[in-house]
Amino acid sequence: MNGIHDIGGMQDMGPIQYERNEPVFHEAWEGRVYAITRALGAWGKWNIDASRYQIEVIPPADYLRMSYYERWLTRIVEDLVKHGLATREEIETGKPAPEALPREARNATPPLDAAGAVAIAASRANYKRPEANAAARFQTGERVRARNIHPLGHTRLPRYVRGKEGTIVRHHGVFVFPDTNAHFLGEQPQHLYSVRFAARELWGDGASFRDSVHLDLWESYLEPL
Amino acid sequence: MSLGASHNHDHEHQAVPSDPALRTKALESLLVEKGLVDPAALDALVDAYENKIGPRNGARVVARAWVDPAFKKRLLADGGAAIAELGYGGPQGDHMVVLENTPNVHNLVVCTLCSCYPWPVLGLPPVWYKSAPYRSRAVIDPRGVLREFSLELPEDAEVRVWDSTSEVRYLVLPERPEGTEKMSEEELAALVTRDSMIGVAKVLAPAEAHSVARVNEGAKV
Repeated sequence: MNGIHDIGGMQDMGPIQYERNEPVFHEAWEGRVYAITRALGAWGKWNIDASRYQIEVIPPADYLRMSYYERWLTRIVEDLVKHGLATREEIETGKPAPEALPREARNATPPLDAAGAVAIAASRANYKRPEANAAARFQTGERVRARNIHPLGHTRLPRYVRGKEGTIVRHHGVFVFPDTNAHFLGEQPQHLYSVRFAARELWGDGASFRDSVHLDLWESYLEPL
Repeated sequence: MSLGASHNHDHEHQAVPSDPALRTKALESLLVEKGLVDPAALDALVDAYENKIGPRNGARVVARAWVDPAFKKRLLADGGAAIAELGYGGPQGDHMVVLENTPNVHNLVVCTLCSCYPWPVLGLPPVWYKSAPYRSRAVIDPRGVLREFSLELPEDAEVRVWDSTSEVRYLVLPERPEGTEKMSEEELAALVTRDSMIGVAKVLAPAEAHSVARVNEGAKV
């Protein structure tokens, strides 16, 4: 989706607001929102790509106005409602409505306790899948073009590289494909490559001829030259 | 930043919680009552990222790479495995690639689409990293962005920007500053800043570090 989150290359967003000795969370509620998000993830009702998409569908004006953790708070509410863990009315009142929901969402046992939380903070996930069926279409050093596509759902192909030519610099392996996983259409793993785009290919002659931007792109985002 | 965050500090704060604070409190109490989250798990997660998982981890990785060439070689070949040797690993560090800065090549990491960042080695990202000004301009004007961080790169240096579009996470291995040959691994780790591992700063030798003031100090919150 050509949404407000796809912001790479815009120029009018103002100076970078640097804060010295910045705290991890500026207010206690930010930490709670962060932790609630992580803890609810343990229910396995959604995945990381669906989670990112839920932020991307925040209306553009709201997206720009909200602080980072306000977006996270908005996302949790939408996820809870969408996946039947709570109703909007319950969230507004802060009180459970026991009859409004399926049995599994009443008096449940949280999947994550304190020990589990410590464990997940130290556990690596794996988004890599076996390189089973299809061989990699592209080799390191090969020239490719990012396809000029405009999917309406979630994608990790930013607008600023679409239609641009680059070079494969690394083959990462086969990875879960976000564009389908975000919509619960399966992992549909694909080869993932690091692709180097010359800064001048992306931004014209005003850019340094030495500089480059590298993106991790899935095979179906790319076509051979 | 949010409009609510910019207030002046001359007045006494009123004890009225912000709207998101109230909404979050109501939400947490609902989720606890329904048995959807365990508040002790929330406490443990906040504690982990406030007190245990942060840029000191990455600094130890960098210092080890500076003093141990065999470790550095492993780190550049398989970032995740080498970082795990020091006991670090977790979500958002699932697939790690380490990028070496040299006098001729400067690497800079961004996530234009959201806020991808290597949590196990750097902790949770600072607000500026997640905000529109950095995300939008790091790819189109990296040298201008670095200038805002008081880092002027020579014209003949190559800037490589890494937009974190997949589950691969990038950590910059900054250059070891001159004049630090006699320092211990621990002393070196103390020099390494979060910003240098994102690629918006260089690591300074102790004498330099004292004399440099940030150009953007006036913009700090």
